[in-house]
Amino acid sequence: MSSTTATVSDRVTVEIMGKKYQVPQGITVIQAMWYTGHELVRGIGCLGGVCGACGIVYRTRDSYELKNGMGCTTLVEDGMSFAMIPHYPASRAHYKMSEIQNAKEDLVTYYPEAARCVNCNACNRVCPQGIDVRTSVWCAVFGDFQEVADLTINCNMCGLCVSRCVADMAPNLIALYARRSLGVFYQPKPEAVLNRIQEIKEGKYNKEWDKILTADEKKLKELCTTNK
Amino acid sequence: MADLKILQQVVENSRESRKGYTFPLLPPEERETLLQKYHPDYRADAYRPVRVGPNAGEKTVHEVADLLEAQSPLWSGSGGQAVKLDPDYTVDVLIIGGGGAGCTAALIAKEQGASVLLATKLRVGDSNTVMAEGGMQAAIQPEDSPIRHYLDTMRGGHFKNDPQLLKVLVEEGPTAIQWLLDLGVLFDRDESGKNLRVRSGGATSTPRLLTCRDYTGLEIMRVLKDALVNEEIPVLEYCPAIELLSDPEGFCTGAVLKNFDNHQFIVVAAKTVILATGGSGRLHIQGFPTSNHFGATGDALPLAYRLGARLRFMDTFQYHPTGVSYPEPMAGILVTEGIRSAGAQLLNLKGDRFINEMDTRDVVAAAIIRECKEGRGITTPSGRVGVWLDIPMVDLANGEGTLEKRFPNMMKQFSRYGIDIRKEPVLIHPTLHYQNGGVQIDVDGESTVRNLFVAGEASGGLHGRNRLMGNSLLDIVVFGRRAGRAAAQRARNLRHRPLSLSHLETFQEELKRAGIAARNVSPILIPDYVHREEAATSQKK
Repeated sequence: MSSTTATVSDRVTVEIMGKKYQVPQGITVIQAMWYTGHELVRGIGCLGGVCGACGIVYRTRDSYELKNGMGCTTLVEDGMSFAMIPHYPASRAHYKMSEIQNAKEDLVTYYPEAARCVNCNACNRVCPQGIDVRTSVWCAVFGDFQEVADLTINCNMCGLCVSRCVADMAPNLIALYARRSLGVFYQPKPEAVLNRIQEIKEGKYNKEWDKILTADEKKLKELCTTNK
Repeated sequence: MADLKILQQVVENSRESRKGYTFPLLPPEERETLLQKYHPDYRADAYRPVRVGPNAGEKTVHEVADLLEAQSPLWSGSGGQAVKLDPDYTVDVLIIGGGGAGCTAALIAKEQGASVLLATKLRVGDSNTVMAEGGMQAAIQPEDSPIRHYLDTMRGGHFKNDPQLLKVLVEEGPTAIQWLLDLGVLFDRDESGKNLRVRSGGATSTPRLLTCRDYTGLEIMRVLKDALVNEEIPVLEYCPAIELLSDPEGFCTGAVLKNFDNHQFIVVAAKTVILATGGSGRLHIQGFPTSNHFGATGDALPLAYRLGARLRFMDTFQYHPTGVSYPEPMAGILVTEGIRSAGAQLLNLKGDRFINEMDTRDVVAAAIIRECKEGRGITTPSGRVGVWLDIPMVDLANGEGTLEKRFPNMMKQFSRYGIDIRKEPVLIHPTLHYQNGGVQIDVDGESTVRNLFVAGEASGGLHGRNRLMGNSLLDIVVFGRRAGRAAAQRARNLRHRPLSLSHLETFQEELKRAGIAARNVSPILIPDYVHREEAATSQKK
C-alpha cells in the first residue's frame, strides 16, 4: 500500500463512478479508490481475488466493450472508466439438504430458470475466474453434478454472471446447489473417516493418551523424534 | 523489470542440478539461534508490557497493546457516544463474526434449539477462512493417528500448546470432516473416488492434509454460508460489535453493534455470546505486509479484554514464509505452503539454497529474513526485498501439468501480471499471516468471562507459539462446533440478565491508575489505507 508514490509522469487518468481522477500507474482499482480518498466498506474483501466482494464493471479507452473484473486484481489504465458492483440481486432458492428427495430432478423445481439458458455465452465472457459457466449450467440441468463441481471449483460467488445472464438466472447459486448435492447424495462416504471416528469412540488411543498427557516437555520431544 | 529477469537466470540455470536434493534440517540448537536472531517475535523493541487488564505486565507488540489500552467507543468520559441499552434483539446466542468459526457455531447452536443471531462486520463469508489455500489437517489415514497429529502439532508449537485443547482438536478432527462432508463439502478424492486424498504439509510426519485443490477455504466457506442461509439463521451484515455488555457480576450479557449503513447502534441481549471475529493481520504488526482479509483487525481482543477476559500468547504471530514481494499489486498475498510441499525451492540472490523448505514456518521465515538482512535478497522495483521461490521445480519433480492441476489459483493470480509460474521463479518475503495467540478458552470455547465464548483465530492456546499448516481450518470447525453447542446448552438454563456497560467504569479506573490518557478507540474495525494527502490533489481539473 506504500508503493503508490509515483511521479506525475507515471499517472493515468481514470473515471471513478463518473468522476475523473489522476492516479499512479500500476495500481489496482481498489488501490485507486484509496488513492482518491474513497473509504471502502462495501466492495472490498480478501484483496487476493478469491472472495468475490469487489466486482467491478469498466470500459477502456477506444473500446465499446463493457468489461467486468475484480477490483483487487484489475489494474488501472489510462482512459479507464469504472464502477463497483458490490452486490447483484440474485434469485436464490431456499432448500434444506435433508428435505431433498431427488437432487437432480429437484434442481428445476428450485431453479426453473436454469432450463432457460439460450447459450448467449455472456456468463463465460464475464467470469473473472475463467469458468465455463454456461456448460456448468447445462451440466446442472442434465444432472452431471460431477462435471459442475469440476468446472466451478474456483467460483468466488462474485455474482457477475448474474449481472449479465439474459435468462435472469444465478449460475453461481445453481452450481452451488449441484456441488452440495453431489457431496451429500452422490459421493461415497469415505470409510477411512468413519473407521477413525469409530476407533476414537472405542477408546483405542486412551492408553497412549495417558502416557502423552502426563509427559513433560523433554519426554514429548523424545516421542516426537520417534513419531514416524 | 528487466533486472529481475536477468537476476532470475541464476535460478533457472541451476534448476536441473537441484532436482531431488533435500536441504538438511537444522539441528535444534541452530534452529533456536536462528529464531532468536531473525524471527520478528524476538525483536525486543517491537514489544512492550500491556499496562492494564488481566494480562497487565505481560509483553505484546505495540500494535496490540495500543488496541488493549484504547478507549471504548461508548465511553462517555472521553466523548464516546451514549447508547440506550434497550435491546433491539433478544436471543439465546449471539455470534459475532461470519467466517468459518462463526458460521459453524451458528449452525450448531441452531441445531441445538437455540435462537441465534449472527452479526458480522462485512458480509457473511468475508474472512481469512475463504482465503485458506493449503488444506485442512485430520488424522484419517490408517497409518496415521490422533496421537501423531498431536505430537506434530506440539513440535510445531514449540511444546507450548494447551494439551487439553490440542487433544480435543486432533480427536474431533475426523468428526469435523464428517460434518463437512455431510454438508456437501467436496474434498479431493483418491483415484478410486471412495476415499479422501491426503497430502503432505510442512512439519508433519505423515501426509494428513485434506484439500479442495488450492481452494480449500473457499469451498468450505461457500458451503457453510449456503447452509447458514438455508437454515434461515438471522444475519446482520455490515454490523460489527463495538462493545460487549455485562451484568453486575461481570458476566457477558450481549453486545452493542454499529450499523455501518446508518451509523445507528443495535443493542443485542443474549444469554451467551460467541466471539468469532478472526485474526489481526491488518494491524500490520511491525510494519509487515499481510496475507489477511481486509476485516482482520483483531476486534475480539479489545472487546473481550475490556470485559476482563484473559489473553494467551499475545506475544507471538505467524509470519508466513512465502508472501509475494513482486509483482507489487500482489504484495503480501500468500504463495501456499502446498507449493513447497510439492517441491518448490527457496534460493537467495546468488542462487544458493539456505534452508529446508519444509521446516516449521517460523524457522523458514527467519531464514528468509536472515538472507535479506545479510544482503543476499533481491530488491524489487518498488523497493521491497525478497528471495526466489523456484516454483517450476514442482513440475520438474512431479511431472508437467502438476502446477496446472493442483495450483490453478496460484497460476491464475500470477498470470494476471504476466508471470508464468510453470517457467519462472517468483520473489517472496515473510508476510504477517496468523495470530498464534488470542483470548484464552477452555475445551468448550468459554473464555475466563462467564457466558462469553470465543472460537477460531480470535482464541489462543491451541496452537502454542506457532500454528501448523492446515490446523486452523480444523480449529474453526472443531471449536466452532464446540462453542456453538456449549453456548446453546448454557443458554437453556439461563434467563436474560441485566445489560450494562459497568465493566467500562472498572476499565477506566485501571487506565487512570496506569496513567494512560488513551485517546484512540478500539476496535478499529476498518483498516485505513486512504491516501488523504494525495486524495486532495488527485481529482482531475
